[in-house]
Amino acid sequence: MTSSLTPPGPAPIDVGRWRAPTLGENLEQSGVSRRDFLAFCGVLAGIFAMGDTALARPASAEPLTAELIADKLSAVTKPNVVWLQLQECTGCMESTLRSGGTTIEEAVLSLLSVNYNELVMAAAGDAANKALDETNKSDHILVVNGSIPRGANGAYCTIGGKSAEQVLRESAEHASAILAVGACAVWGSVQASKPNPTGAVGVDEIITDKPVVNISGCPPIGEVITAAVAYVLTQGELPAVDGEGRPTFAYDQRIHDSCPRRPHYDAGQFVRTFDDEGARMGWCLYDVGCKGPSTFSACPVIQWNLHTSWPIGAGHPCIGCTEKHFFDRFTPFYQTLPNVPGLGVEATAEKVGWGLVGATAAGVGIHAGLTALRRSLARKRTAGEPLEALGEKVWLPDPSVRPADAPADAPADRRPAAGPSQEG
Amino acid sequence: MSTRVVIDPLTRIEGHLRIELETEGGAIRKAWSETTQFRGIETIVQDRDPRDAWAFVQRICGVCTSVHAIASVVAVENAIGANPPRQARLIRDIVLASQEVQDHVIHFYHLHALDWVNVPSAATADPAKAVEFARSIGSTWKGNTIERMTAVRDTVQQILDSGQLSIFTGGYWDHPDYRLPAEANLMAVAHYLDALEFQRSMIRIGTVFGGKNPHPNFLVGGMACTIDLDRSESINQVQLDQIADWVAETRDFVASCYLPDALAIMGVYKDYFDIGAAQPNYLAVGLAGATFGGDPGASRTTSAHTEVKPGVLLDGDLSTVHPFDPTKIAEYIASAWYTYQDGDDAGLAPAQGETTPQYTGPKPPFEWLADADKYTWCKAPRYDGKPVQVGPVARILLAYAQGHQRTCELVDDAAGKLGITVDQLNSTAGRTLARAVEAMISAEALAEVTFPQLVDNLKKGDIDVFDNSRWDPSTWPDKGEGFSFVEVARGNLSHWVTVEDGKVARYQAVVPTTWLAGGRDADGQQGPYEESLAGAGSHPLHDAAQPLEPLRTIHSFDPCMSCAVHVLDVEGAELQVVTS
Repeated sequence: MTSSLTPPGPAPIDVGRWRAPTLGENLEQSGVSRRDFLAFCGVLAGIFAMGDTALARPASAEPLTAELIADKLSAVTKPNVVWLQLQECTGCMESTLRSGGTTIEEAVLSLLSVNYNELVMAAAGDAANKALDETNKSDHILVVNGSIPRGANGAYCTIGGKSAEQVLRESAEHASAILAVGACAVWGSVQASKPNPTGAVGVDEIITDKPVVNISGCPPIGEVITAAVAYVLTQGELPAVDGEGRPTFAYDQRIHDSCPRRPHYDAGQFVRTFDDEGARMGWCLYDVGCKGPSTFSACPVIQWNLHTSWPIGAGHPCIGCTEKHFFDRFTPFYQTLPNVPGLGVEATAEKVGWGLVGATAAGVGIHAGLTALRRSLARKRTAGEPLEALGEKVWLPDPSVRPADAPADAPADRRPAAGPSQEG
Repeated sequence: MSTRVVIDPLTRIEGHLRIELETEGGAIRKAWSETTQFRGIETIVQDRDPRDAWAFVQRICGVCTSVHAIASVVAVENAIGANPPRQARLIRDIVLASQEVQDHVIHFYHLHALDWVNVPSAATADPAKAVEFARSIGSTWKGNTIERMTAVRDTVQQILDSGQLSIFTGGYWDHPDYRLPAEANLMAVAHYLDALEFQRSMIRIGTVFGGKNPHPNFLVGGMACTIDLDRSESINQVQLDQIADWVAETRDFVASCYLPDALAIMGVYKDYFDIGAAQPNYLAVGLAGATFGGDPGASRTTSAHTEVKPGVLLDGDLSTVHPFDPTKIAEYIASAWYTYQDGDDAGLAPAQGETTPQYTGPKPPFEWLADADKYTWCKAPRYDGKPVQVGPVARILLAYAQGHQRTCELVDDAAGKLGITVDQLNSTAGRTLARAVEAMISAEALAEVTFPQLVDNLKKGDIDVFDNSRWDPSTWPDKGEGFSFVEVARGNLSHWVTVEDGKVARYQAVVPTTWLAGGRDADGQQGPYEESLAGAGSHPLHDAAQPLEPLRTIHSFDPCMSCAVHVLDVEGAELQVVTS
């Protein structure tokens, strides 16, 4: 069975001067019909539209239709990509592998040239480092999974003998877009939780001279990760972000706002224990610790693993994994939200739910409590007053903040006006 | 004259692994396994609500997602005396099985196959002959069509034409030891892409019960996902039908695609059944998915195959199954950047473990680590003082030694086809084959045992998936110690927890890759990775600049380095963070 066939050697990489077929050509050659491609783009359009497009894009911009996305995607050549995995668990890459779309394998192989990613790349050792160094030299998209440990002179995470910080700095130098993907890359996540033994920080603590788009979540939904990359390619610019640097197309709404269990919250129907009648009826999980009211994520809309389910759909409270320092701020996970130390919201589910049973009043009640604590931020850490939580300063996100170039007449916040205290 | 070889990053694994070698005349003489990441999660979980611990420790790994969470909730349940209902246990078994098969499929096709399969060569293949080749090896996979093979061949050609090889950049494609004919390479690349598509489907079984993947949700005392066939908002017949479909697909994929591919490809590289042996000691508490809360010698288990008992095989003797004794496990730090209060040569049982990081290596960037006694973040676990192998090869050999019928059938069939003996499973090719055999057994157990049992119990009205009686911390003992053993994809996983005054007082995980990737112990015994490369002194390395052969051997263990590194802060002890 042994073959004497000599396979062709690898084509030399000539980074920056390659001539690649466009995605459209590639798809055509590989037999992907325009119709199938449009269906894929329709999914993307849905994801983008899920975010408030008025907030995400200037009002004058063309609406993001599947046709437009298909046209723009078809015209791009393959950008080089460096996809780093620093101090992390590979969950974000696994999530990326689960991203939906019927022909995503072909699309990804044709859409991007991922020259460096430790999980899937063929090369190892010196050959891998060479691919990284050469790609780093010229324009590329940088995707980062994982945090950067600053303790022990960087010895808590080394790659090719270099510290994670050095690897990140070298890859960021000529990157035209930087996406911090996953809670670790954004805020350090689990290893940055108290007492943060390795001194882990997120990407934008290290890279401060370039914009870093934060795709938060532990992990983020696969479709959100790939849509962030597709956004950059189709729009030629970074997506609009909220006060935490997260793209508004996936993070401008609280889970609570689009949760299918929301009517039960408004009606005061709460799960009291995981095996009660309320649990089987799909009632609201607020009372058993759900963090949905203060978590910004597209989970209820996009859902997980080809729209199979999502955490609340499977009966478990949201643990708030798209929020900053969620491990420290939102634990104990099963404690009712207002009682979580540091959030300081006085209302309880009982008061809100039973005291103000009405279409929006109950929702407004809890929003009011939260909104009173929010502060406007033009960009994170540039303004606003911090909240004392667990002995440290944290900010609650504020999606009503528009990017600086958004038209002044764009609605700032379409949710029910948050008056002063309306709780019962 | 010896040559120094460094492989860092060792890619297509989870996490950060560096291998340093000294070679002479094309053979590896010395090897060092070096874990280059440390995160400290067990320290972080300390003083927290034990009901939250699963969410923290699950983040040990996003590849082995859910297995640490299940090990954690079982250990906590053991500590506080919670008793999850049988349906909840079955659901965890189903999640473990689907996760494990998916994990093995991803490992074989996406993390290991490129060591054996030459991607550029696929562009030169005749699609019709590739289909013929697939048929000749007994692959009945529905993707074996001329149209599909043609499309994949064209995709490979386009990538080559574009000059941008994407993830195939820098592969050792001109290495002389790629042996498959072009048609086999094309078939394997097609199956690589099919598996990428398929793993998404397979994982959805766990999503129904846990809400997402990676990192689904679990619950101390049972599961949060209610089941009630007569309710729209709980898991009902709609989801059961979907799961039945995915379970059937899973078995079909393994039987018609994965197992035949593994047999055929390992058959072409048959000399690798004589390469890469590690110490012939094996430990397992049962077949994949076997789960114990507390001592496996005494406590109850959940398993699709209760007839396979916990056991240890020593010194290559497959005729004697020694009873498994958890108290014989100890961890050593002679080669790891930690310090023990009683001296760094001591071995500590997990229940008394300490982890105080103390980095003594060179300041990054560095060229070489192996000159120092300490060179890794991974501890070295030993059983009764011996390095042992865990994982599919250990489980398959244990089940075989106990005469488990299906295991014996599949192993004997494969051994007959390949002309190897059972003890040759201790090898680079053997570990890869054992994983495929195990995936078959697990996929069958999912389809024939665990999922039908869940449905059958539902038919009898058993919808209880959560035990509320120990949810409230006031029902817990003032101090409780618990532990769990779970057989997960990469091998034997144990979590150890002490709950005091409603908080986690101590937490420790001993994970499969720690058993395998650890370095030398105080007696100078190498860890299994090191032994597999340097033990016999005959491991090939054709070209130091293209270390394809050691990659094959290390990948055969399916390394998971994030899992391998763990830290325990003993009660009251301050964690020492070295900052300069």
